Amino acid sequence: MTSHDVKNPTRRGVLAAGGSLVVSFSLLSRAFGQEGEVQGTAPPAQPKPKLPGSLSGEPFLDAWIKIDAKGEVSVFTGKAELGQGVKTAIIQVAAEELEVDPGAIRLITADTDRTPDEGYTAGSQSMQNSGTAIRHAAAQMREILIAQAAAQWQVPPDQLRAENGTVVKRDGQTLDYGTLASAANLHVEATPQSRLKPTGSFKVMGQPMRRVDIPAKVTGTPIYVQDIRLPGMVHARVVRPPRPGATLTALDAAAVERLPGVIAVVRNGSFLAVVAEREFQAIRAMLLLESVAQWSEGRKLPKPENFIQSLKTLPSQDGVVSEKGQATGIPAAKTFEATFTRPYQIHGSIGPSCAVALFENGTTTVWSHTQGVYPDRSAISEMLGVPPEQVRVIHVEGSGCYGHNGADDAAADAALIAQAVPGRPVRLQWMREQEHAWEPYGPAMLTEVRASLDEAGRIVSWNYDLWSNTHTTRPGPAGSLVAANSLPTPFQPPAAKLSITPSGNGDRNAVPLYAIPNMRVIWHFLPEMPLRVSALRALGAYVNVFAIESTMDELAVMAGVDPVEFRLRHMEDPRGRAVIEAAAEGFGWSRDPLPEGRGRGFAFARYKNLAAYLAMALEIEVERETGRSRVVRVVAAIDSGEVVNPDGIRNQTEGGIIQAASWTLYEAVTFDESGITSVDWSSYPIMRFGAVPESVEVRIMDRPGEPFLGTGEAAQGPTPAAIGNAIRHATGKRLYDIPFRAERVKAAIGV
Amino acid sequence: MTVTLSVNGTTHRIDADPETPLLYVLRDNLELNGAKFGCGIGQCGSCTVMVDGEAVLSCITPVLLLEGRKVTTVEGLGTLEKPGPMQQAFIEEQAAQCGYCIPGMMMRAQVLLQADPAAGEAAIRAHLEPNLCRCGTHVRIVKAVMRAGELIRQNSQSGGGAT
Repeated sequence: MTSHDVKNPTRRGVLAAGGSLVVSFSLLSRAFGQEGEVQGTAPPAQPKPKLPGSLSGEPFLDAWIKIDAKGEVSVFTGKAELGQGVKTAIIQVAAEELEVDPGAIRLITADTDRTPDEGYTAGSQSMQNSGTAIRHAAAQMREILIAQAAAQWQVPPDQLRAENGTVVKRDGQTLDYGTLASAANLHVEATPQSRLKPTGSFKVMGQPMRRVDIPAKVTGTPIYVQDIRLPGMVHARVVRPPRPGATLTALDAAAVERLPGVIAVVRNGSFLAVVAEREFQAIRAMLLLESVAQWSEGRKLPKPENFIQSLKTLPSQDGVVSEKGQATGIPAAKTFEATFTRPYQIHGSIGPSCAVALFENGTTTVWSHTQGVYPDRSAISEMLGVPPEQVRVIHVEGSGCYGHNGADDAAADAALIAQAVPGRPVRLQWMREQEHAWEPYGPAMLTEVRASLDEAGRIVSWNYDLWSNTHTTRPGPAGSLVAANSLPTPFQPPAAKLSITPSGNGDRNAVPLYAIPNMRVIWHFLPEMPLRVSALRALGAYVNVFAIESTMDELAVMAGVDPVEFRLRHMEDPRGRAVIEAAAEGFGWSRDPLPEGRGRGFAFARYKNLAAYLAMALEIEVERETGRSRVVRVVAAIDSGEVVNPDGIRNQTEGGIIQAASWTLYEAVTFDESGITSVDWSSYPIMRFGAVPESVEVRIMDRPGEPFLGTGEAAQGPTPAAIGNAIRHATGKRLYDIPFRAERVKAAIGV
Repeated sequence: MTVTLSVNGTTHRIDADPETPLLYVLRDNLELNGAKFGCGIGQCGSCTVMVDGEAVLSCITPVLLLEGRKVTTVEGLGTLEKPGPMQQAFIEEQAAQCGYCIPGMMMRAQVLLQADPAAGEAAIRAHLEPNLCRCGTHVRIVKAVMRAGELIRQNSQSGGGAT
């Protein structure tokens, strides 16, 4: 745990470049997960050869793959398993190109002492960045081992082939990888080109391999950060103020300190925590500590009434996302205008955030379900006032991760508490109400659309305005951490900045992919954040695709054209057309009448306008008397590029659809001026089994040889639109405001 | 105070405050990982275990109520090397994403299938209503429970145990 690999001196410079907006280095910046989501100014980036995926940041092959003298293969990824199955897919890629059995690969995931710095595991980019890097590294290492064998045998390398961890000669002689790896120099930089295996010869990639993590998860084998038990470990709980900005004014903790098992009450400015021998002792102590702590007023939250509409009145900076043709003065036959909104929504992992930290011999080690071990290390070391080398962050799985949740804050909490009990590992877990109230939310958004058709029923102009905060306040800076905001000299959250990038942020997918001659898309960026916000799966794409695809259906109605046909008439990208046709065909799309209260809805998006294509059709049932809506069945078609694990793509897409359906039908953070009021699952309901669709079918487009496009977030945008379109079809009424809770549907249909 | 507790067929004498919820005894005293903390107020089901054939929310059940009763956690259904039918079914159907809610789902489903191994899809959905999943794995979970029912029925026909 205390061993340190030699650090690549260029890493930190490259990490900083991840936030660069310098256009000429956009490929480099994209490689470091989260373009459009990272803030900060970067030093001038060094020109580098264009290496595939994350090899551009870490070019040495043996940083990604190590083969020891016994032939044991270790693969290192800077990405983390978040429940999305990335470990399995990366093992498949490495096994395929290296020609070894997938079961023989040991995979080491994000750890600041052991793995390359790949920024955040986010933005559906793990396969593009890490999968691509490891695929090329594996192919290049295979060729080096073949060349080594060729040298030993004195034969041309084209007479040799790699097979099951060995290199085989035509006469059947073999040399094993262990022997060859000992003799060859594998500490070499990658070259831009690799001899990748063609799709037709795949044995492991493209096959539905069972997830490597599932057996442990279904047998109670320790796998989560919540399951870590270290010798001498103690349990901690934090006490948060009643609302942000409140400071601790008085505390008499004597009664808490006398409770059984209590080891320490930790007070550092307004950061307050308790440490006890056993977990339930820590919870009891936390409850008493909550009751004796006195806090200042803090910041008032906004009034909840008409809050969403008030977003338009907040100070804003305007960024032009897209502009072409004429913005105004286009002759139009018909025009559709509407406003779409969504409230703050939570990530809501079923397990609250958790971390284990140990401060020993001047070094703090943190086990965390963070999405970014390196950025988290920067933030925690800045908070502690120590060099980054004195903090190690190791990723361990937590409960499901759908964006920037409480993980980094819990890691910081644990690190800070650990300073007070040196030598003893501290396990810190948030309570449910802390997760609901303190995780950064997906930002509330409001968008306005004005779109026009010509006489022929083609879209001639499109005006779109969106009002939103940033969708990223991730660490990096210590000011992004709740604990650091509470210190005697608080670190302040960095000021949010407007930036328009290809992959987008609040403006992600704000530009329709359809052929439209005149367009103007503006992000009215809101620097002021009434509630704490950050990245929630798909960022602004969830709302923007909802607005665009709802509008497409209304325009289709105005044009008197079937909505699928209307989309195809405006879609020039062949891969976009292909998923639209596949979803419609798979669903059995038709204009046949449905029973009373049933409706069909369709939607499409290419995630970020540069990643996976997804179209879906669904059927909904609306109960007139109650306004309750239930999605009955869904058929989606997805094009994620070259397929690594088809079942992994299906699992992620099914999950994305059901989760986005839950956001859309039920979910809204509630608050009043005194604080957050949605603090559990009854005040913030989500989808339960009774409302789950009867079937969710995912069709995968076969794209041999195409680059990986990622999968995890592709369904989030189309889902709310398809639901809204289906409710419109079922009831004749359009819903503009998420969530479509029963009372809202009832009000819209006027029963 | 000492409480005597039967967990997965083994009797334990536990030194804990009798008001301690069962969840903390399972995780903290017995070092079992299956039952998970999700909400602490009985709203999400991730802490579900089986007590004398009934589904119990271990995060809100004081350990003193369990003296002399039989507690089963997901560790009692099988092992990594020899998964039981419920576990085998979840592996076959790949019915997990993050997996955090899954042991609670499996224990609640086990209660249903012990009473009726032929439970149909509608019964399974209704029975699992108290348990939350955030990754959206629901459709696979239902399929896995149906598959577990099949495996249990096959086992009982071939004379194997029903767990």
